[in-house]
Amino acid sequence: MKFTEDHEWLRAEGDVFVVGVTEYAAEQLGDVVFVELPEEGVTVKKDDEIVVIESVKVASDIKAPVDGTIVAVNDKLGDAPALVNEDPLGEGWFFKMRIDDPAAIEGFMDEAAYREMIA
Amino acid sequence: MPELERTILDALHRDLGARMVPFAGYEMPVQYAAGVMKEHLHTRARAGLFDVSHMGQVILRGDDAAKALETLVPADICGLKPGRQRYGVFTNAEGGIVDDLMIAHRGDHLFVVVNAACKAGDIAHMRAHLDCSVEPVEDRALLALQGPDAEAVLGALVPEAATMRFMDVRTADSDFGALWISRSGYTGEDGYEISVQNGRAIAFAQALLADGRVAPIGLGARDSLRLEAGLCLYGNDIDAETTPVEAALEFSIGKARRTGGARAGGFPGAERILREMETGAPRRRVGLLPEGRAPMRAGTCLYETETAETPVGTVTSGAYGPSVERPISMGYVPTTMAAPGTALFGEVRGRRLPVTVAELPFRPSTYKR
Repeated sequence: MKFTEDHEWLRAEGDVFVVGVTEYAAEQLGDVVFVELPEEGVTVKKDDEIVVIESVKVASDIKAPVDGTIVAVNDKLGDAPALVNEDPLGEGWFFKMRIDDPAAIEGFMDEAAYREMIA
Repeated sequence: MPELERTILDALHRDLGARMVPFAGYEMPVQYAAGVMKEHLHTRARAGLFDVSHMGQVILRGDDAAKALETLVPADICGLKPGRQRYGVFTNAEGGIVDDLMIAHRGDHLFVVVNAACKAGDIAHMRAHLDCSVEPVEDRALLALQGPDAEAVLGALVPEAATMRFMDVRTADSDFGALWISRSGYTGEDGYEISVQNGRAIAFAQALLADGRVAPIGLGARDSLRLEAGLCLYGNDIDAETTPVEAALEFSIGKARRTGGARAGGFPGAERILREMETGAPRRRVGLLPEGRAPMRAGTCLYETETAETPVGTVTSGAYGPSVERPISMGYVPTTMAAPGTALFGEVRGRRLPVTVAELPFRPSTYKR
């Protein structure tokens, strides 16, 4: 699993990557009450704001970590946005994407480096 | 930026795991470890303890203090009986709301509680215009205990609190010194606000928290609780540009102060406010229920149709309501569109989403009347 400075994680699953936010980010967001996801099939550029998360406190954007194509989104979040808080690294994932250039994720942190960043 | 003030309970908040944020010049707990959602639901199910010591407590003393205060506030203060409290607003010459406040008749004086962000201005305003002594209370903290178990919890420490009704006020001797108790609050729940000497405040808060039914509650849940209860937040839902009639706060204008009343008018902006009482105001504060799950937050523009170019109104408060389990908002719309059921659109992130005008409150209050 790889981590970005924006507290997103990417996990390889076959030839695509699953993307979500870390436990730390979910904790900071507070209770999530609404998630707006991108459409399947859209192409995105790194740093495009493609997910909107509304918590009881505030609206936040999640950016595309790299250039690529959205191949699936987590429809469960429509009825159960709290999954982002309950299981951010599992059931609370946002989308799966096909990455244009696999080398693009090489600069991301491993778990140890991420833990150090948030320590 | 000036240094933030801390309330007398600051160390207790930090011990309880609060996340502290700047609010109205103070460092205040926005939430504790449980988080906003659980804190909100706990308050509705059991009892929540809030530190509201940042708010301004002021004593008005003098033979004609009530009459004097009526020159700044359209509420009926002269008719307020000893041991009772009432809601009011300070108005300006244009009829706008300078602040909202609670006014208690405590026998030989009036005790008012004003908003933290406005207190310096309110005190200066009262000193400039009131022919009575205006004494800020600096040596007392203010706590709120809210929720269905509040009566049993406070009653265990101060038995006479249980005999009070909504908007009663009294002084009670206790193990924590003299407590100035009112049966009121800002959540829509039954409960109390309690003024306690600074030196006793932490021990009193700890005694309340020692009761398993009580949890500490931060400003985040305070905001969602008051929004479900349809209560205004000064600076969001009411301000110097909104009149009490526009804000649907007619109840705060005493019968005696209205046209034809014994002491009609005589407060700033009376001409406009009393005219609006007769004929209505062009716009009105209403409840709003967004369709779907996306909250419509403060600042969201409201439109009559999906394509209209000009907004007809604005959302002034909006969030997810944990007890009503849906997004809720308040805002201003033209009075012609203020009837419950009126269909409008709110623009969220560039998209027009349906929203329906609704009755306030979103959740019925449970005051012990």
